[in-house]
Amino acid sequence: MIRLLALRELRGLFAMPSTWFMLAILQFIFTWFFLNTLQTFLEIQPQLAQLANVPGVTTVVAVPLFNLMALLLMMLVPILTMRMIAEERRNHSFALLLSAPLPIRDIVLGKFFGLLTFLIIMMAGVPLMIYTLALGTSLDHGLILGNLLGLLLLTSSYVSLGLYVSSLTVQPIVAAIGALAVLVGLWLADIASSVEDSHWHFISPVNHFQKFNAGLLDSSDVVFFILFSAVFLMLTIRRINNNRIYG
Amino acid sequence: MPNKNSDITLSARNLKRHFGDHLVINDVSLELRRGEVLGLLGHNGAGKTTTMQMLTGCLLPNSGEIEICGINLLRQPVKAKANLGYLPEIPPLYRELSVNEYLSFAARLRGIKAPTVADALAQTINNCGLETVGKKIIGTLSKGYQQRVGIAQAIIHSPAVIVLDEPTVGLDPAQIREVRTLIRDLGNIHSVVLSTHLLSEVESVCDRVEIMQQGKLIYSDTSEHMRQHANASGFIVVLHNPPSLATLEAINGISHVEPITSTKFRVLHNPQDNPKSTLLSMAEQQGWKLEQLTPLQATLEDVYVRITSQERKDETDLKETSR
Repeated sequence: MIRLLALRELRGLFAMPSTWFMLAILQFIFTWFFLNTLQTFLEIQPQLAQLANVPGVTTVVAVPLFNLMALLLMMLVPILTMRMIAEERRNHSFALLLSAPLPIRDIVLGKFFGLLTFLIIMMAGVPLMIYTLALGTSLDHGLILGNLLGLLLLTSSYVSLGLYVSSLTVQPIVAAIGALAVLVGLWLADIASSVEDSHWHFISPVNHFQKFNAGLLDSSDVVFFILFSAVFLMLTIRRINNNRIYG
Repeated sequence: MPNKNSDITLSARNLKRHFGDHLVINDVSLELRRGEVLGLLGHNGAGKTTTMQMLTGCLLPNSGEIEICGINLLRQPVKAKANLGYLPEIPPLYRELSVNEYLSFAARLRGIKAPTVADALAQTINNCGLETVGKKIIGTLSKGYQQRVGIAQAIIHSPAVIVLDEPTVGLDPAQIREVRTLIRDLGNIHSVVLSTHLLSEVESVCDRVEIMQQGKLIYSDTSEHMRQHANASGFIVVLHNPPSLATLEAINGISHVEPITSTKFRVLHNPQDNPKSTLLSMAEQQGWKLEQLTPLQATLEDVYVRITSQERKDETDLKETSR
């Protein structure tokens, strides 16, 4: 059932011309950034060679690119999640799911995995681009895989938060702005706080992603993302259930 | 009648629902048998849609029990909903999908196994007259076709109970007729609950009627009886050379005459004796120049008023006798 719902979300997304437009624009941005940093790398390579601990092409080209993706996701995910529940409720198509013989948990998980799959498809071009470099040089596979895992976990935390905000309102725009406000708020609180042990660092997903980005695989970060996603998914299920109680 | 209990497909007992302090549904109980079409009649805001949302699990009642085919909807929602098809007031469509894609999704969602989806789809498309639009995108269809797609998603899994909220709203007369025929056919095999504010709809498709007013069921009967209620005892008469009102009122059986214009009158009479023939012969004898005589068509309003005033009268009678 979850797979059926996820596939429906995907089909719905790919049926819209705006989705393809967005995919094209993003791919253009990623490629442009990639080629740009690659060119810079080639220009400064002679100078880099003189350093004692030489940063490789993965650190100079791939890491900033992953960082850029994390930043773009913050703005992209709310736009995509606003459709998931708020718009369905506004279009009255949500009654189809509510009157169908499946638990609300399946509805929420179906939407979550549907959107997660879409975002993975959207970002799939980037590792492919990076791995073309393997034709001419050797890459730091550990760093790339760590970044990809971090990006996946970050995406799932953003999607679950976006879904929850989307379940709070029937106005898609309010859902988008609300989710964006929370995500940007968490990010700003993280970079604004200078204290090392601040709680703001702890609750900010971006902060946890930074460690993956630097090539640091800490199990506490993985646990944080899983907990973050699980909490918001559960809140979403509760919220939809409460909508049936309070009308 | 066959075994009574096993044939009850939907039963709701003492449903209550309030939004904030406002009591919207007050103690509603319903029962529906297999092969029966029940019409829920009432004005906008009477609580029809809320009742239907509760019957389909989209809204939880504050108190009361709902059973679908003997399965409790509140305790075993997934099992109970498998026997349910629901068309809300606004059809729940994904406008970006094609009709076939959407209906296949609805079928799978309602638990039809993948290999049999194609059969169910073909049959439903045929039943709802959607053959020509199967590959079209739902968003591009006319309102009438969208409504039919909405009905199709509610019946594709052949559920025991079909709940239709105002299924003919927004359709043109030819489509209304088709949809009513479809509902009538469905009602022979499944149980159908439909809500409407049109009396003619109840007359043409329903076996039984429940009238709802301010969240209460105030009247329940077969639609045959309802029709008798609907036949108001009276007519509109046009006389070019009318006598005085008193003369008209003096005719045996006429209870009240109300002038609409100087030559047009609304004549009410007792349901038992119809003074039409007397009036006709008198008009001929005395040269009143009768031009038109039309029986009054009762509106839902009239029926309401009659039923509610009847209830009120019964209540006061009861009070007086108890004194």
